[in-house]
Amino acid sequence: MTVMKRLLLALLLLPPLAAAQPWITIASTTSTEQSGLFRAILPKFTAATGIEARVVALGTGQALDVGRRGDADVVFVHDRAAERKFVEEGFGVERIEVMYNDFVIVGPAADPAGARGRDVAQALVRIAQAGAPFVSRGDRSGTHAAELRFWAAAGIDAPQGDWYREAGAGMGPTLNVTAGMNAYTLTDRGTWLSFRNRAELVVLVEGDERLFNQYGVMLVNPQRHPHVKQAAGQAFIDWIVSPQGQAAIAAYRIDGHQLFFPNAAR
Amino acid sequence: MPEFPQDLWRIVALSLEVSLAATLIACALGLPLGALVAVGRFPGRRGVIIVLNALLGLPSVVVGLAVYLLLSRAGPLGELGILFTPAAIVIAQTLLVLPIVAALARQIVEDAWTDYREQLTSLGVSRARAVPTLLRDTRYSLLTVVLAGFGRAASEVGAVMIVGGNIDGVTRVMTTAIALETSKGDLPLALWLGAVLIGTVLAVNTAAYAIREWSLKRHG
Repeated sequence: MTVMKRLLLALLLLPPLAAAQPWITIASTTSTEQSGLFRAILPKFTAATGIEARVVALGTGQALDVGRRGDADVVFVHDRAAERKFVEEGFGVERIEVMYNDFVIVGPAADPAGARGRDVAQALVRIAQAGAPFVSRGDRSGTHAAELRFWAAAGIDAPQGDWYREAGAGMGPTLNVTAGMNAYTLTDRGTWLSFRNRAELVVLVEGDERLFNQYGVMLVNPQRHPHVKQAAGQAFIDWIVSPQGQAAIAAYRIDGHQLFFPNAAR
Repeated sequence: MPEFPQDLWRIVALSLEVSLAATLIACALGLPLGALVAVGRFPGRRGVIIVLNALLGLPSVVVGLAVYLLLSRAGPLGELGILFTPAAIVIAQTLLVLPIVAALARQIVEDAWTDYREQLTSLGVSRARAVPTLLRDTRYSLLTVVLAGFGRAASEVGAVMIVGGNIDGVTRVMTTAIALETSKGDLPLALWLGAVLIGTVLAVNTAAYAIREWSLKRHG
């Protein structure tokens, strides 16, 4: 037992852990990480506050679970219903809206199902009727929750059949599967714009107001988890909704396209 | 050639650091453990050997999940606060490498024990006392075991992703960086990073081989 304790102690002394800078852990989504947004804005937060922000990128459902277990100080995700539940259950202090982007349906340029257009419900009905392959995230992420909402709006409660495949993976891996199958899928625009392996895929459905994708940020409740770094976590939330933080979000572009649109109330 | 991340050297260094630490700990525990099972006589020895060999097929995601639950703030070791740090990665890798080192060392030492048993017992050496001698005698074969363990640690992705969180600049290692680039659809960069990882592992193996040659020349 003493050997194990010594080993654990030795592990604790590994150099990267001896960081002098205060830091917080943010549980967030693959869409914000993989689109490169955090790499662009977090250094500005650190420069302004002296606090390092460490991001663990997961699906929204998983990110909220990490917050529930107290393994993050801040949760930054995009599933309004799940976020409200998180706050109501007492795991989050307050939900604050930060920014939005939108979802798009991508699919084969030839569009065999004739899904192209503005109406997301109509597009899904056509894909289902044609039995054209559609790849779902199937991972309880914010995008997965949105996809299920859109199916319900299309009057299809539980899509099933050979044409409907659940990847059980993040947005990037799901896009890789979709490109490989030359299928349809729902993706957030940020991940799509930064995604390189597009093969035959193009954006077919966009602009429907239902495709709006709101991101919210919450401090994990220090009353539930006393070790939560309340002051530093709050400093991040204050910064991201401040004019500086909002400007940093607006300034992030890929090939001239703005990926996220700040819309904090303050 | 694609554009490598600017902090590539840091990612490579962290990969090396955690994998070497895990291999070191797993060998410190696994080599004596394997040797003791090899020479020992105790009830249930066969069962232990079968379990050790079966653990070679330990699913890494299960190890990752178990370590995650253990180190989570809501878990029994949550107080340590080491989830999503390199220490968590080392623990997961150690658990994956340990069965490899113990099971392979058990076989190698047992073979040596079969060869030298009469000689050692005639000198009055007890089974427990024979362990250091046997480990010393088989050190060149065991070096391959150590390298196999290091390879396992350095190539792990699933468990490392779960307990480390793939945090940029903190717990991002080569394998999780490759997974991330694959997610972003930048397949050429992912492949190039894979080549860098293989090159790193190759360098470690070359160093080990050189040490072995040097040692052989010196000690015969």
